[in-house]
Amino acid sequence: MSPLLQGLMTILIGVGGCVGYFYASNLILDKVIFPASGPKAGRNINRANAIRPWLFLLPAVLALGLYLVYPVIGSFYRSLFNRDGTEFIWFGNYITMFGDAEFRTSLVNNFLWVLVVPAAATFFGLLIAQLTDRLSWGNIAKSLIFMPMAISFVGASLIWRMVYANNPDIGVINALRVFFGADPVDLLQVAFWNNFFLMVILIWIQTGFAMVILSAALRGIPEETVEAAIIDGANPFQIFFKIKVPQIMGTIVVVWTTITILVLKVFDIVYTMTLGNFGTQILPSYMMSYMFRDDGRATAVAFVIMIIVLPVMVWNIIQARKEMR
Amino acid sequence: MQIAGQSSRLGWAVNISVFLLVFLWLIPTVGLLVSSFRDRDQIVTSGWWQAPFAVDLTFRGRASVDDMVMQNGLFVIEGNIFEDPEVAPSFPEGEGLVQAFGTRGAAPTQFQPGEVAELRRGGTLTVNADGSFRAENTEEFSGRGPRIYILAETPPELTLNNYATVLTGKPADERQAARARGDSTLDMLMDEDGLFINFINTFTVTIPATIIPILIAAFAAYALAWMEFPGRGLLIAAVVGLLVVPLQLALVPLLNLHNQIGIGQSFVGIWLAHTGFGLPLAIYLLRNYMVGLPRDIIESAKVDGATDFQVFTKIVLPLSFPALASFAIFRFLWTWNDLLVAKVFLPATDETKVMTVKIADDLLGSRGGDWDILATAAFVSIAVPLVVFFTMQRYLVRGLLAGSVK
Repeated sequence: MSPLLQGLMTILIGVGGCVGYFYASNLILDKVIFPASGPKAGRNINRANAIRPWLFLLPAVLALGLYLVYPVIGSFYRSLFNRDGTEFIWFGNYITMFGDAEFRTSLVNNFLWVLVVPAAATFFGLLIAQLTDRLSWGNIAKSLIFMPMAISFVGASLIWRMVYANNPDIGVINALRVFFGADPVDLLQVAFWNNFFLMVILIWIQTGFAMVILSAALRGIPEETVEAAIIDGANPFQIFFKIKVPQIMGTIVVVWTTITILVLKVFDIVYTMTLGNFGTQILPSYMMSYMFRDDGRATAVAFVIMIIVLPVMVWNIIQARKEMR
Repeated sequence: MQIAGQSSRLGWAVNISVFLLVFLWLIPTVGLLVSSFRDRDQIVTSGWWQAPFAVDLTFRGRASVDDMVMQNGLFVIEGNIFEDPEVAPSFPEGEGLVQAFGTRGAAPTQFQPGEVAELRRGGTLTVNADGSFRAENTEEFSGRGPRIYILAETPPELTLNNYATVLTGKPADERQAARARGDSTLDMLMDEDGLFINFINTFTVTIPATIIPILIAAFAAYALAWMEFPGRGLLIAAVVGLLVVPLQLALVPLLNLHNQIGIGQSFVGIWLAHTGFGLPLAIYLLRNYMVGLPRDIIESAKVDGATDFQVFTKIVLPLSFPALASFAIFRFLWTWNDLLVAKVFLPATDETKVMTVKIADDLLGSRGGDWDILATAAFVSIAVPLVVFFTMQRYLVRGLLAGSVK
């Protein structure tokens, strides 16, 4: 059967199954188990209403449990075993991993990514959001800068591989170098700085995201605060840094953390650009180099990523609970 | 609105800097797009920014002995190089401008047009700027005649040929051969060498992986937003926490699980995986939206005797349409662009790969320097997301804002 047909069938079965489940389970609850009639009608309605939320939640809870909660435990458990899972070696994988120079490189690189990418993307996003705020063609400009959001990391990597290409007849950067009389260089092999050339790709993609959200936040600032500042004689820079930025600080933090989380997960860019060579390895791509080869090591790396993300997770939960009160 | 005190000079600075930023942001993509329409030989000899200009390329032809005549005791071959069967295909109008010519492949640009070149095997050759040439020799020309190399300006050429090559996986000559064998266009497209089959696979993965999680999440979001039950706060906190669980963690245990229960690496497996991974954000965003719906409507419906199921399907679902639409667009882009999940949960065979995997694993490895192929393949893979992006941008922005700004 062709995958296309299979896909159509799955949509039908999946969607039909979901709708059928929700409909049928409700029907059974109301008509068969706790019918809202007869001598116990009142009690039955209450009981049915106590159970119904769980009917609504069941598929989601099952899927979340199986696909996100179980893996956290499963991955940790698996990381305590050796390559083929036959021998329990305690933290052996973690110990050999920390002894591996490539792992330490990827840890340092990941730290650089986390430091640079969210900061740069938020900075450019804020800059563009502010600059386009009162511009007649601001919406067109924003939509063009937002565009890379739609492009896959693989597509973006190809786009930038072309920009960085060694051949001055293909790569814009080397063409400029040759134009100004320098020799072309293979940018992806320039030690240390090649990390930043890769980060540029993610910044290029994420700036649009930061811009859209910060632009909405800037629009939400009460007009009076800005007007009051103007009357007091503040110049545009003072208005921006002393009036506007403090008021949208909360949104800036949200944007910053969202991009930080993303940075810790993105393996596509390094994988397509350098495969982790030339000292550009980061944790997610380091993990993929062990995937299918050494599950013990792969899960150990994944768990390290999890530990790095953990503070953000806790902070998110605390924020969410605060809001609900 | 013009802020008082904002000088027009600052206004100019803003206009120019925004223009520069937009320019910087667009340049890389434009380069890829232009390159995908350029001829293979032109890509490597001139940058894409020179695409509208003519390119100097070298060509190889021959002064054929078939045209050899006797003139005043000399053996002479005359003709026009642009009519040569090897050169003519690049010059459909039959004329061009010779920049330089040569008699050896090692030095194809040794002589200026009009100069007299000594041939290695005796005799002389002159090629003029208009392509006409004259070879003279006191003896008969040996073999099939002397080779002529020219450097000629070729007109800028935009072609869809790259797209045909990428989608079928066959260059022009192989396509012709296949057509001669009687293959239809569809046969060629469905061949596993081409990117078209991967394009279809991407669709096959993306659509169920977009619809199913949204459906499941919508019910869960309603329960979390409008139903009272013990443990609700805990569940919401759990969903928020699961938002940031790195996908990497799920790969090994779930692949092993899929293998154990017999799903293995398959489309069913990837649909399930995408459903699971997409749920937290879907539930979180949809709940945030549904909580904001007016309480009166829902409560009066309940007072009138509507059950939760009716309230959900008749009131909340239609009212949540904007949120559902914007999240659907997100899911679509996300699963379309995904590489990691597809790499792990789909088998690594050509007929099941999605486009991102095909490009990252196959094309970049084997065709790493073939920019005609790479640029075109990349553009095929980003075309659909770009269309979705530009047509549905409003929903996309709305969805982003729902998730981040309170």
